[in-house]
Amino acid sequence: MCCLCATVGRGDIILGNMVVEAEFLKSIPYFAGLSPVELDAVARRILEREVKRGEIILFEGEPARELYFVASGVVKVFKTSPEGKEQILQLIRPGESFNDVPVFGGGLNLASAEAMAPGVLYGIRKSDLEIMLRDHHKLAQNVIQVLSQRIEHLVSLVEDLSFRHVTGRLARILLEYAGDKGGERRLLTQQDMAAMAGTAREMIGRSLKFLEEEGVVRLERHRIVIKDKKALKEIAGVAD
Amino acid sequence: MKMIEMPVIDQAKCNGCGLCLSVCSCQALVLVGNVVTAVETTDCGWCTLCEAVCPTGAIRCLYEVVIEE
Repeated sequence: MCCLCATVGRGDIILGNMVVEAEFLKSIPYFAGLSPVELDAVARRILEREVKRGEIILFEGEPARELYFVASGVVKVFKTSPEGKEQILQLIRPGESFNDVPVFGGGLNLASAEAMAPGVLYGIRKSDLEIMLRDHHKLAQNVIQVLSQRIEHLVSLVEDLSFRHVTGRLARILLEYAGDKGGERRLLTQQDMAAMAGTAREMIGRSLKFLEEEGVVRLERHRIVIKDKKALKEIAGVAD
Repeated sequence: MKMIEMPVIDQAKCNGCGLCLSVCSCQALVLVGNVVTAVETTDCGWCTLCEAVCPTGAIRCLYEVVIEE
């Protein structure tokens, strides 16, 4: 054990005046199944960073220097179009990581990241990560697993963006639920719409925004108002 | 007085993690005991972030779909 760190009660690892909970580290997919010695090696290289709501953590296009884990709070990973439109790619909750791909790939940050709430991040420098991967095979196996899952998620997103017409399916759902005269109000969430359309919740948010920008619907508090039913039917591919 | 529609919380599913409170910019959610409760307020703009971040699916921001008259 190094002179800077000591193991304290319940397996927590103390670094100077910072405590990294071993239990928390073990819950992160990257570190699952690591031995106490390996966890200790990881904890020694972790940098703690407190973030405020709205703080930009990473800028798209800058060199990728650190991999981050959310210890508390929520982080939004997003891209911005040249017109200034923001597309949320992922919300990162405690225990989850972000900026993995560019850090391992040696490139630039692929997206920006902003804290949506006050929180604490654990960061590991790219150079430290490379040393750890060389020394700890279990960690390398875990990284491969995490990146494989990341690719699966991205492939499904690519399918949604290129082959399927999520907006068309959403339009059908909205038409089906609109003006239901069956007596009981049928209410639905964005998550429900995503499940019905067979897509991710983020895609529904994006599609609703698109329909609003096209002047087809208006999003109100608690209501989706169909402004142009004919246009919505056209998008849905439903005969008038 | 008309009730203000608020996100619906399934208290049995809520694990009290507080993520929803941390992203809510209008203090529409509070922790009572170890469970989240919605406070009626017109400040809630239905951003649905609380639903998006909830790890247990305990929060539902419901929409009614209507056709403009």
